[in-house]
This record gives sequence, structure tokens and C-alpha cells, in this order.
Amino acid sequence: MATPVLRWCCPGRRWVFAGIGGVSRHGRGVPTGSTSSGKRGQSSVAQQPLITAQKPRKGEREWAAVVGLEIHAQIASNSKLFSGSQVDFAAPPNSLVSFFDASLPGTLPVLNRRCVEAAVMTGLALDCHINRRSLFDRKHYFYADLPAGYQITQQRLPIAVNGSLAYSVCVGKRRSQMVTRTARVKQIQLEQDSGKSLHDSLRSQTLIDLNRAGVGLLEVVLEPDMSCGEEAAAAVRELQLILQALGTSQANMAEGQLRVDANISVHNPGEPLGIRTEVKNLNSARFLAKAIDYEIQRQINELENGGKILNETRSFDYKLGCTVPMRDKEGKQDYRLMPEPNLPPLLLYDSGSLPPGTDPQQVINIDQLREQLPELPRVTREKLVQQYGMLPEHSFALLNEVGLLEFFQNVIKETRAEPKKVTSWVLNTFLGFLKQQNLAVSESPVTPSALAELLDLLDRKAISSSAAKQVTDVKKGNPRAINKLIGLVRRATLGRADPTVIKEVLERQLSS
Amino acid sequence: MLGRTLREVSAALKQGQVTPTELCQRCLSLIKKTKFLNAYITVSEEVALKQAEESEKRYKKGHSLGDLDGIPVAVKDNFSTAGIETTCASNMLKGYVPPYNATVVQKLLDQGALLMGKTNLDEFAMGSGSTDGIFGPVKNPWSYSKQYREKRKQKSHGKNEDSHWLITGGSSGGSAAAVSAFTCFAALGSDTGGSTRNPAAHCGVVGLKPSYGLVSRHGLIPLVNSMDVPGILTRCVDDAAIVLGILAGHDPKDSTTIQDPVKPFTLPSLTDMSKLCIGIPKEYLTPELSSEVQSLWSKAANLFESEGAKVIEVSLPHTSYSIVCYHVLCTSEVASNMARFDGLEYGHRCDIDVSTEAMYAATRREGFNDVVRGRILSGNFFLLKENYENYFVKAQKVRRLIARDFVNVFNSGVDVLLTPTTLSEAVPHTEFIREDNRTRSAQDDLFTQAVNMAGLPAVSVPMALSSQGLPIGLQFIGRAFCDQQLLTVAKWFEKQVQFPVIQLQELMDDCSSVFENEKLASVSLK
Repeated sequence: MATPVLRWCCPGRRWVFAGIGGVSRHGRGVPTGSTSSGKRGQSSVAQQPLITAQKPRKGEREWAAVVGLEIHAQIASNSKLFSGSQVDFAAPPNSLVSFFDASLPGTLPVLNRRCVEAAVMTGLALDCHINRRSLFDRKHYFYADLPAGYQITQQRLPIAVNGSLAYSVCVGKRRSQMVTRTARVKQIQLEQDSGKSLHDSLRSQTLIDLNRAGVGLLEVVLEPDMSCGEEAAAAVRELQLILQALGTSQANMAEGQLRVDANISVHNPGEPLGIRTEVKNLNSARFLAKAIDYEIQRQINELENGGKILNETRSFDYKLGCTVPMRDKEGKQDYRLMPEPNLPPLLLYDSGSLPPGTDPQQVINIDQLREQLPELPRVTREKLVQQYGMLPEHSFALLNEVGLLEFFQNVIKETRAEPKKVTSWVLNTFLGFLKQQNLAVSESPVTPSALAELLDLLDRKAISSSAAKQVTDVKKGNPRAINKLIGLVRRATLGRADPTVIKEVLERQLSS
Repeated sequence: MLGRTLREVSAALKQGQVTPTELCQRCLSLIKKTKFLNAYITVSEEVALKQAEESEKRYKKGHSLGDLDGIPVAVKDNFSTAGIETTCASNMLKGYVPPYNATVVQKLLDQGALLMGKTNLDEFAMGSGSTDGIFGPVKNPWSYSKQYREKRKQKSHGKNEDSHWLITGGSSGGSAAAVSAFTCFAALGSDTGGSTRNPAAHCGVVGLKPSYGLVSRHGLIPLVNSMDVPGILTRCVDDAAIVLGILAGHDPKDSTTIQDPVKPFTLPSLTDMSKLCIGIPKEYLTPELSSEVQSLWSKAANLFESEGAKVIEVSLPHTSYSIVCYHVLCTSEVASNMARFDGLEYGHRCDIDVSTEAMYAATRREGFNDVVRGRILSGNFFLLKENYENYFVKAQKVRRLIARDFVNVFNSGVDVLLTPTTLSEAVPHTEFIREDNRTRSAQDDLFTQAVNMAGLPAVSVPMALSSQGLPIGLQFIGRAFCDQQLLTVAKWFEKQVQFPVIQLQELMDDCSSVFENEKLASVSLK
């Protein structure tokens, strides 16, 4: 302990938090749909479980792959982890940099209360043990976007440990059956993000943007409990939903708010684990699965050809679809970890241990945060299954798109149609339509009320199912679909109605 | 007027005997006359005169801000000062102008103090002589005192009198010299292993190292974060208490400062000595201790005893491990703290642009002196994965033991410890540089350094002149956060010993001869 001995001689010393206990920024309206949720309808390599599919060609050997993840989630907070600078992804370069962020000599870190609360809430949601006392460390390396020459992190005694993350993957012949798997959460630590380096090879210059330097990160370390890209992607997706439900991170992979490093190794079952490689900076769920499966296959090929696996850091070249060794991390790094001397131990309390007469603004009560936890995705899905008798995979699909669950619930509220029918309509017809148009739920031209009304008509048998589908087809912008509707009306009126009048009426109705 | 204490001159200002501008100008003119001491790196003349003008307006309106309003002060050049160059006496920060004030500087300015300038030091405060900065060594004003010169004349008849100038001690030697030579009434130093107390002892002034956590470090360019404390140099104990009262207290920008509110420090006069228990740590009686310091130390102990205090011998058994333990912890933190100086955001940057790494390497080689580079190198060695347990962790454990030694002693009923501050009086520069910085620091920090490991308050008070006519100080060490009690005892002692005032009249009347002999004083004064 380099933290001064004084700390124990001095009762009454309390944690100090950066002034503005920020409110999380909700709903910046960026749909996570396009890049990070695209499991539906995308057949990635991961769809084939590699390990079993791999038929041993040489020496009758079977291979097992082991995948562990380090997931960095940017904390949704107004200000940075140790400074009062604002956090904003879209701000002009170097416009959100405090003296501390630029590491001016003499500046000191002051811990942001909101970031600590986010870490505790995430820890609770992942069934972690929350350490009542945690410590900060300095991790040293020279890099242009790391102004202090070290990152403040929690290596030795992190804020939360020993949790678990339950996630589900599709199995079975038609991949329609959901199976729940669990990855152990080793730890959750608070740490600083780095700045960004922009390499201008034309002028052989590197430009540095420090806006991101010092933004609070939650590093969630998952034990190597996964065995292929699909599992890893599903685990990350579940974590993403949890973080978004908690509001602790926007967790948008496209904006770099969720970044994943994967530790990958292969071995023969029954033998010790193999040498692992680390594939860094995986910024989309699709590439995550691809990169991991590629790397597993590469390691198997390497070993089967008599080669060796090097303990190295690799990156994923998404254009070539393969992993390549990272040049600047070639040498073995010694991070020369040491305790951060400017931050006293972070103390957390529960209702039992809260010292009497303390200012609630100066302490964090774990029990109070536990009470404030919102419903987690797992519980929401269980409720859907119970309440509406829907299939588990349907409950997953409903939560997978931002706003879809709310849409579904609004339709349910307004229609007399069977929940099963609503589910099917929302997930197949409606979602299919959105995907085709590349729209987010919030951008849908079809309101929940409109769909509810349509389903009511269907329910009363006022229109047929195919007619209802035609209605949505017209809504989708298919002008020829209206001809089919005209045909249906003519048949219903036994050919007595004038087609042009029918068309006019229909168009008026459909555009309303 | 300049020879007065802060409290006296504060009273004179309030009574209108002198105006802030007059005071400021007199100090500025003395700074110029004593330029050869090399106490200041930057003299902030314009800023000080402007501040004096403002202060004068306040006095005229009868709205003075308090005891420090209109009082000239100096600040060690490792405290950030907005708009005023802050160099740490290093090429690395030459030309660096911080955009913000250190909390302690801001507090002084908020009280109306006049900032005369930034004082000299060892590069990044790494040293015990104030000899190892890029602006050259600081000279001890006592080298030019009547007291010392007369003694020297008796002994030697050498002609080259000035080549025997003495070091100030360090690393806050510039601040100690500035206060000692009457160019300001109080100065800020920093104290990591004795850097305030050591030069205070050599320059015959009071040097206070407050409890760790009592005074904000925000804006102090760090040496060892877990041991650094802003120090206070003044001409008497009461003055140190006034300044501490202003600086002490929680700072939201420094998470290691205490939360509890701090009351202003007023020092009562000690009356009932029988309730006081003074501890004499037996481990501090080392063979290297000069006989003169040793005899003054026992004389001081006897003084307390004869006045009714209880004086007992105590043991701090882990003292001998302190220096080596400090070496590991200090260099490790230095290696870490210095990592930010890469030439990118501020400070020196080399011309090499082959690659980022080459730029870092050349920048750091050009920017740091050998002492700093040496400490970075050994610190990084101690922090390597394979060495961490054997060096850093062990040193932390020893640190805990050292701190516990003090706790045990204080728990046994001791109120204050009495020790020497330094092994001997100040030595001539020629003698000092015979040993390297590391050896010197290890020797000179012997009595002061363990206090920083334990975070305790300590103060060096000048006691008497040596046979050579040079000041010798003794150190009092108090319980954590019992700074007021510590200063109360120090004040009583100060009153008893009646340390003589430095006689610089000759120097001030006739500095021209000194100037002519000076080549080293050719430091740019702004």
C-alpha cells in the first residue's frame, strides 16, 4: 500500500466526488439496429459451431476452443471519470479537455460519483460481489493519446468481482431452440478511456484528439467460458441490453461506446488450455463473431500443421476477414503497475454499514442502488413468455430492437387480437418491413394504433389475412399491391363496385 | 522594516506606517541587490506592483483582506502560477506558463499577498542542496553575514573569500534564502523528504512541513505524491502559523485533503510545561552527527526538562531502513510522475521527428538532468513485474513499520519529538559537490525523511549559531494533524533560545563588490 498510512489515522475522511453528479443521457436517438443487433437474417460463420463441425483430418484429433472477453463500455455520464470535462461523442476535436485531461503537471484526479454508481449498478445486475473497498492503480505505457503516460484503472482490487452473465444461443436443426448459457464475470473495473490518434500518412503526422481522454469506462472481464464466435457475440449482445436497460452505458458499438477484446485459445479436450492470443478492438457484433471464428480456425490450422501459437496481440482486418498481428504491440509490454497515490481507497457502504450522521451526498449506499435497479432484460423476457405464452426466441427478438417491445406492448393494449397473433405480426410482418426499409422502430410510418386497428379488422374477419398483408405491403411502398386489394373489394362487393372508386377510397384510407 | 516578521509588518501596514507599494518596492530593490544569491528564477515585478496597488486601495478604504494583505511572499518554482513561468528548474519546463494557480498560491493571492517571484530549487525538487537546477546553485545568505565573515577572518586569511560561499540546503533553497535575506516575509517550499526543513535549518529560518492531507497539493508539481506537502518558510513560528491557517483545509481538487473544517491557527503561550512530554529518539544519535549539533540537541532537551517538561528517550526502531525504503518509493513514483513529460502537450520538445518514439526519447534526454533520469531509470526498474514484489511491495511494508514506530511513540504519551534537522551546519559549495546528488540526499534526509513516510507534521526552528557563525536548527515532530500543538511547543522554544538575527548590513550597503565576483549570478531576471 502506497496510500498514506494517514488514511487510517484520520477518521472522518470521506470520499470526494466530482461536483456534478450527472444524469445519464437517455435516448440520443441513435438506433443500435443496423450494426450491433444484426443477428437476424445474417448468416455468419458462427452459425456453424466450429468445434464439432471440425472433422479431424490429421491424427484424429478433436479441438476445443476457449474464448474469454474483455469488454469496455463507456459510462453514460455528463462528465469524465476524474475531471469535470463534458462527455460528448460528437464535439469538435480537443474541445472537451480539462487541465487534468491534458495531464498538466500538478493536476489531480477527483472521482466522479456517477461513474461509481454506474459500476455498482452494473455489478449488481451481473450478480457480482461489490467490494466495499476498492483501489485504483496506474498502468504505464507511452502512447501519444495517453497524455499522462499511464492509465488510471483498477487492476488489483476492482469495484466488483465474481458475477455471471446468462445469455442465450440458438440450437437445433432449424436453430429455433433457445439455450441459456452462462459466462462467469471475473471482475468489473473502473478506468479511464484514452484519447484518439488520427494518423495522417500523407503528411506523416499523427493528430491527437483528447476529447475521449479520461472518459469513464467499465471494463467487464468475462472468464473463458465461451467456445465460439456466436456465443461470444450473444454474450456481448446480452451485456449490451443490460447496460442499456440500466442506463449505465449507451453501449453503441458503432460509436465505440462498447469495445471488445477477445482472448482465444484452442486445445485438445482433456488437455491443458493452449497458448492464447488476444484480438483487440472488435467494434461490431458481426466482426466479433467472425474474428473469433477465424482466429480459432487459424490456431487449429497452425497447430495441425505443426506450428506454434504465439502469445500475441492481433487485430481483425474486416476487409480481408482475417486477424493479423499488431505491429506496435510486438514487444512484451510491462505495464509497471503501481497504486495511484492521489486517490484514497474507494469505500462503499450498505444500509448496515453506513456510518451514522453521514451526508448522503458524500457516500454511496449499495442497498439504495439495488432498490433503484430497473427490470433486467432476462426478467422482461420471462414475463413476456409467461404473460403472452410466446416462444422464448420471440421474447428475445422483441428485446433485440430498440423500441420494438414498447411498440408491441402498445399494439397489445389497443387490439382485441390474440397476443400470439400480435407477436407474429410484429416480429414477422412489421419487423420484416422495417428491415427491408432499413428503418428504426422510431422511424416507422406504421403506428401501433394503425397496426392494432388492422389486427382488429382481421380479428372480426372483416378482412382476410392476405388482405391485411396487402395493406402493409402498400404501406411498404409497393404500389402494385393495391391492385390485389381492389380485386379483393370487387370480389366482396360481388363485382358491383367501380374499380376507380375503390382505388380512390383505398388510397385515401391507406395514406391516412 | 524588511527585517521585521510578517506579523510585525502586517501591523505596520494596518497602522499606515508603510504602504504595500513601498514595501513591495523595497523588497524588489533588495531582490535586485541580492541577485547573486540566485534565490529567484523569475521575479514577477509587474505582477507584484500591480497587486501592491490593489492592496493599497483596500487599505485606504479600510477593507484590508487580513494579515497577509500587502505582504510580499515568494513561491518555489514547482508550484503552478497562472501566467507566470513555472520551470521546476528544468529544461523540460523552461518556458512553460501554467494556465492555473496551485490552490495554495490562489489562497495566498486571495488574502492579498504580493507575489514577488518564483524561487530556485534542485531540478524537480530532487536534491538536498539547491545546487542541481538548470539555473545554477542558490547561495546561502549567511555566507555574506557579519557573523560568518568575522569567524572566517579569525581562522583563515585567504583572499578568495567568496569562493567559500555556502549552500542553502534544499531543495527549497531559493525560498529559504529569499526569507533569510529579507526579500520577502514568507515563502512556500515543498517537502517530500525534508526539502523545506533542511534549507530552513541551514538558512536560519523556520521551516514547517504540515501534516499530509492538511494542505492541498493541487498545482504542486509532484515529486512523490504520497509524501509531498507544501512547506512554509518564515522568520518566526507565529508567522508560519498565520500562513498555515490560511493554507490549511479541504480542497475539492485534492482528494487526499482532510474533510474536517480547519480553524485558524492561533498559538497560545505554553504555561504549564509539566504536562508536556518530549521524546528523544535514540536512533537519531548517529555517528555522522556533528558534535556541535549533538551538544545543542542535548542542551535543548535539558532546557525543556529544566522548565518542568518530561523528557524521555524513545525508540523508533525502523529508522535505519528509512532511507533505502524512501529510495525505492520515491524513484518509483518519480518514474510514474515524469512519464507525462513527453513533449506533446507542453514543455520542451526536441527537433527530431523521425518517429513518435524517437521524439519522446530525445525530448526526455534533453529535458531532464542526470539526477532526474537516474531516478526514472531506477524507479522503472523497481516497478517491473519481476521486481515489484521484492522492491516496491517490501518498501511499502517497511513504510508501514516506520509509520507505526511513530504511532507507538505517540501512543506511549509523548507529545512532541525533538531531533536535529541536519547533521551539521551548511557546508561550502566546493565541499558539497564532492559527493553526488544521491549520496548527499541520503545523508541529508536522515532526520527529516521518516516524517514524510508517516505523514506527520514537523518544524525546524533555528536554535543557535555554530562556532563558525552559522545557523543550526532543531526539528520538532508532532502527532498527525496536531500541527497547532507542534507549533505551540516550537514557539515556546523559539522564545527561549533567542536566535540571533542575520547581519547582512555590510552586504546590503556594498553589494557591488559581490556582484563583480559573481559569474554564476548571471541568471535572467524578468
